[in-house]
Amino acid sequence: MYVSPIREPLIRGEKNYSQVTKDILAPMAGKPSIYWYLGISLALIALVFGAWATYQTVYYGIGTWGLNKTVGWGWGITNFVWWVGIGHAGTFISAILLLFRQKWRTSINRSAEAMTLIAIACAGFFPLIHMGRLLLGFFIFPYPNTRALWVNFNSPLLWDVFAISTYFAVSLIFWYVGLIPDLGTVRDKAKTKIRKAIYGFLSFGWTGSAKHWSRHETVSLVLAGLAAPLVLSVHTIVSFDFATSVIPGWHTTIFPPYFVSGAVFSGFAMVLTLLIVARKALNLEEYITVNHIESMNKIIILTGSIVGIAYITEFFMAWYSGVEYEQFTFMNRAFGPYAWAYWIMMTCNVVTPQLFWFKKIRTSLTATFIISIFVNIGMWFERFVIVVTSLHRDFLPSSWSMYSPSLVEVGLYVGTIGLFFTLFLLFIRVFPVIAIAEVKSVLKSSGDHQKTAHHE
Amino acid sequence: MEQKYFRSIEELKIDIRPEAENKPAGDRQFIFEMQQELKKSTTASRRDFLKLFGFTVASAAIASSCEQPVRKAIPLLIQPEEIVPGKASYYASTFFDGIDYCPVVVKVRDGRPIKIEGNKASSLTKGGTNARTQAAVLGLYDNSRYREPQSGGNAASWQEVDQAIISQLNAIKNKGGKIVVLSATVISPSTKAVINEFLTQYPGEHITYDVLSASAMREANQLSFGKAFLPSYHFDKAEVIVSFDADFLGSWLTPVEFTKQYSINRKLTDGKKKMSRHIHLEGAMSVTGSNADKRIQLHPALEKQTVAALFNELQKLAGESGTKQIDSPADVKAIAKELYSKRGKALVVAGSNDPETQLMINGINQLLQSYGNTIDTAVHLNIRQADDRKLQQMIADMNAGKIDGIFLYDVNPAYDFPEKDKFITGLSKVGLRVAMPVLEEETAPLADFICPDHHFLESWNDAEIKTGYYSLAQPAIRPIFNTRQAQQSFLKWMGSDLDFRTYIQKYWENNLFAQGDNLTFTGFWNSKLHDGIFESGRKESEDFAFDQTAALAAQQKVKAGNADQLALVVFPTVAVGTGKHANNPWLQELPDPVTKACWDNYVSVSPKLANELGLSEFDTVNVNNIGELPVLIQPGQEYKTLSVALGYGREKAGIPATGVGKNAFGQISFVNGHMQYVRPDVTMEQLGGTYEVARTQTHHSMEGRAIVRETTLADYIENPISGNEIREEIKKHLKTLYPKHQYDGFHWGMAIDLNSCTGCNACVVACSAENNVPVVGKEQVLMAREMHWIRIDRYYKGDEHDPEVVRQPVTCQHCDNAPCENVCPVAATTHSNEGLNQMAYNRCIGTRYCNNNCPYKVRRFNFYDYNGSDALKGNEMDPTEMTTDLRRLVLNPDVTIRAKGVIEKCSFCVQRIQEKKLEAKTENRQLRDGDVVPACAQACPSEAIVFGNLNDKNSKIARYFEDERNYHLLEELHTLPSVGYLTKVKNTTV
Repeated sequence: MYVSPIREPLIRGEKNYSQVTKDILAPMAGKPSIYWYLGISLALIALVFGAWATYQTVYYGIGTWGLNKTVGWGWGITNFVWWVGIGHAGTFISAILLLFRQKWRTSINRSAEAMTLIAIACAGFFPLIHMGRLLLGFFIFPYPNTRALWVNFNSPLLWDVFAISTYFAVSLIFWYVGLIPDLGTVRDKAKTKIRKAIYGFLSFGWTGSAKHWSRHETVSLVLAGLAAPLVLSVHTIVSFDFATSVIPGWHTTIFPPYFVSGAVFSGFAMVLTLLIVARKALNLEEYITVNHIESMNKIIILTGSIVGIAYITEFFMAWYSGVEYEQFTFMNRAFGPYAWAYWIMMTCNVVTPQLFWFKKIRTSLTATFIISIFVNIGMWFERFVIVVTSLHRDFLPSSWSMYSPSLVEVGLYVGTIGLFFTLFLLFIRVFPVIAIAEVKSVLKSSGDHQKTAHHE
Repeated sequence: MEQKYFRSIEELKIDIRPEAENKPAGDRQFIFEMQQELKKSTTASRRDFLKLFGFTVASAAIASSCEQPVRKAIPLLIQPEEIVPGKASYYASTFFDGIDYCPVVVKVRDGRPIKIEGNKASSLTKGGTNARTQAAVLGLYDNSRYREPQSGGNAASWQEVDQAIISQLNAIKNKGGKIVVLSATVISPSTKAVINEFLTQYPGEHITYDVLSASAMREANQLSFGKAFLPSYHFDKAEVIVSFDADFLGSWLTPVEFTKQYSINRKLTDGKKKMSRHIHLEGAMSVTGSNADKRIQLHPALEKQTVAALFNELQKLAGESGTKQIDSPADVKAIAKELYSKRGKALVVAGSNDPETQLMINGINQLLQSYGNTIDTAVHLNIRQADDRKLQQMIADMNAGKIDGIFLYDVNPAYDFPEKDKFITGLSKVGLRVAMPVLEEETAPLADFICPDHHFLESWNDAEIKTGYYSLAQPAIRPIFNTRQAQQSFLKWMGSDLDFRTYIQKYWENNLFAQGDNLTFTGFWNSKLHDGIFESGRKESEDFAFDQTAALAAQQKVKAGNADQLALVVFPTVAVGTGKHANNPWLQELPDPVTKACWDNYVSVSPKLANELGLSEFDTVNVNNIGELPVLIQPGQEYKTLSVALGYGREKAGIPATGVGKNAFGQISFVNGHMQYVRPDVTMEQLGGTYEVARTQTHHSMEGRAIVRETTLADYIENPISGNEIREEIKKHLKTLYPKHQYDGFHWGMAIDLNSCTGCNACVVACSAENNVPVVGKEQVLMAREMHWIRIDRYYKGDEHDPEVVRQPVTCQHCDNAPCENVCPVAATTHSNEGLNQMAYNRCIGTRYCNNNCPYKVRRFNFYDYNGSDALKGNEMDPTEMTTDLRRLVLNPDVTIRAKGVIEKCSFCVQRIQEKKLEAKTENRQLRDGDVVPACAQACPSEAIVFGNLNDKNSKIARYFEDERNYHLLEELHTLPSVGYLTKVKNTTV
């Protein structure tokens, strides 16, 4: 039989099925490690800072932020777009890669999806908190009312409401459907009655029968089909917030593809950041292998390059359009008072990912970790550059101004990071971080051992 | 058959007719009872009840005396005919604060004045106003008003105070002592009469103290004409205007009147092809200078010699001999030529308070045949009557103990007198010190008695601003506090029981009635009181001849000045002026027309000097010990000229004025007995600190964008479209897939003539007053969060050392294709079928998306709870105390106040549109062009803003929109604004 000489096994360590179950459920059993406690303490501190900032914002008003008459959106919307972007990796991995039959996704899709959901929750916080009148925020939903008031379907912000809530709902269901067989496994392995009862309930009576499997597979495929276009549509619609406006630097037709690839780019970076730590901490190195890391790095090169081309195209179009306002905005981005932000963005998003062309760097965990952090930073600055540098100097120079965030805005950002890690750390304690059932499907069968051994 | 209606099943089943009907017909006892019952009930009819009730209320009112202040709002028992709830009443009045004069109409809603508007009946101001006049209504509700009389620092009753003052006055009189009434210029003939009567009874002197003195002009006219007076100026008749540092559009004499006159010859609408030429020579950049066709930087020390040189050139042109040749830093030859070619249509003015300069100006005007043409000597201007020498003499007398009593009326020398320490020590040596302030101030606490005066909106008064130009002031509200009008106090202290209103009436009957043509005085009085204006046409006798000798002598004496030394100019701004109204938050937050700074004064330094000294913006310096002030680098400032605004550094003025800026009055010096507003010998010490000044505009270049479009008169005559050529190009590109908005009835539009706008800021305050625009305080302005619905953008063009200045008022453009409207997720901002871009504050959730997407950045966000309307308590942001119960009285009930977290913006004064529409409907007529006037247009002294219905092709606005000069801001974005701008035209034709 022909054996591909280059394709490495997806799961290393010659695991059998029971070992897989044991390994993956290990982090859920017993007492958490000191590092877990340390992590959740830090995350909770950040969360409390965020709670304080939320109180300040709601009680005293948006005045506690650094915004002004010219710059109406600052860190709030920057963070929103950043989190939404991060929330792209999970569904991309589980849906689009599923449709493309990329089997390596099985080791990472569960945690990536959890990360997606948490990131969307963090993202959704910002459009709410940035409202001047949060308590009346429900006006944004098209609910029937006696005053015959209706929402404005022309507004991209309204589209956002639908896009993000749909995306969140579909991602949540998709993730949960994927969890059901594993929850069954957890239930079966549970030692206490309560645990058994909870996971029994959560697994919806999963028995592992052929019928169940067949339905599970079908539903997964249908949901993947639903989720895949959503991955593309969410950030497209987020980009419409900017693209449909008249503000130079926002009013750009390139935004939808540029935003989507940027989102996948940042999402993968965040997945890398998390998993490089998680695989070590949870002893899952044999499941999440260097091969996985490398594959993700390849996607980062691709999306990073798309983003880079988009940056350059924007500059070209500004010049080519002949619109003086547009030209000014881009010159102002690169050489104006916020040039530092622009160059951080350029370095982190365009230059550093290109290092992944070197196999040595691509397969180095340390290098990947560092570069993934760079990308996270770079993508945050991309949104900052788009939101703030376009607004602060637009058409009439009389209204030009500068913007810098207040402590409250920083608090809100740190708070969502705290929320993100709190929820992620809770996630790894209560759910299997790797899709057990799916990983089992990609295990090499017993005869392969010899071949692999022979190969080596 | 009669149908039976029933309300319930029971009713249908059970017979519920009154018992009476069931009684047998012959029950006499019952009938008797019924009759008695009926009698009882009819004896107290509704009428009787009201009679009794009326009597009870009336007797209760009498018993409790009519002076009882109204504490609760009770609906009126008998509705006065003229008061309709929800409908405004208007009372003609006069605003005069010793410096500014403006005949006004006061809008009163539900018993409280809420807005001041210009009185169109005045042929001088023709309905124009300025920022301070507009803001004066807030002064009525100032938190720092004196609320009751005080004696020795303690609250006292009027009776106690009066008794004490009268006894002391009599004591002074009996010992043969002298009293002084120190007041700002009084233009009220009746008040003058009262003071004179008072001083006849208690011998003494009336001394006028003007913070901004024109005593040199009076002295110069004394020498030129043999009579000390100020003439009337006619800028409207002048084709060439040359001003030596006379800020006649901002602070010189009567700027409202002058702006009105000046703007007439600056308008090029309706096919006019002629405009005046304005040359301005000054050191510091003023509003007037920034509007000039040609602005020449002139070191203040060289002003006199430049005037002399101009005089000399004109003498040469006139063929006169024996003149004195003198070097001039400016090209006076060219100016002289221009002026001389327009003899009889030229006007030269100077702001200097130096008699010799003013004499030469007189000489120049005489050569130019200005007298009788552009200057009217038969109609005298009655403001700035002070004789600075008398004032100094009084200070000396006070210090020598020669004055036994002083009455301080409408003055605050402990703050604004140049040598205030001398005044304060002098004051302490005066036996009887009576102050009659309206607002808390520095001087009143030094007095023995504080007898608080009414605010002018609570007072009766009259005024004669110019010979024969009378106006009246009447109360628009009952006195809010236990105050008494100063004139009334004088009358009281004279032992007279006459009230001042009757006194004025008598005065008018005896002195002015003869000039009127009515049959009865009552008819005359009522009509004049209604109009607020009486222009009798009286002229002063011109039994004087012009004598050039004094001017020539002055010219001979002129020596070359030294421009190497730093000079300091102190000047009043268009906002707080001399500091009298410093406690007015609207004025404090009003950006300066030139620097766009508010909430502070600062040292304006030329870019060259700053560069030389290594000074950067906001570095602190100490100039002549004024105190630590930040530097503002002012393009166009003369190299060695520094300037600092007066009116700041109040010490006891309440919130917000106290502690804002530094007091620069100490820099005024007396030279030859006249107050000088320029100091030649200046030291500037760099302190090394920094202090940020709040500015509403921080970028000053147009970046080469076609925002303010400009041309020159010559080009305009050749091709009216010049400067606006780009518009044709833009219009070619305007294409759309969508249908246009259809406006069947009205389509409101506004046109702003950039050539008329002087940047005076009256519109900004008017808008704040009309629309309840919050004041946010310095910190928030520093964060670029001011709330003004209309702003005046100011750009510099060209060389930073000698830039041109252009201005552009920007409000919401009410775009027909508004970028803000389609982005609001909750449809809180929508388009009306009359072309208005409307805000539904209740619906707004504050996403600020509209604000971001507005290319004009005219939308304003309520970052905090600025007006105390939030449901969450204790989170107000009110650093200027605008939300006290008292100051809240100024709010316009027609305009809702906006909550925290809501966007607001210019509404084209939709409440006024609505009011006029309803009015027209009630009168069953069409709305006429000019019926609806937004607050900004109404306030504008130069009529730069025109508002109306674009659908009416005969309207003024439609004509303006047809004008070749018309363009729309950022038209290339296809926002289709309803606001049009007319290009600015500069007259560079020599």
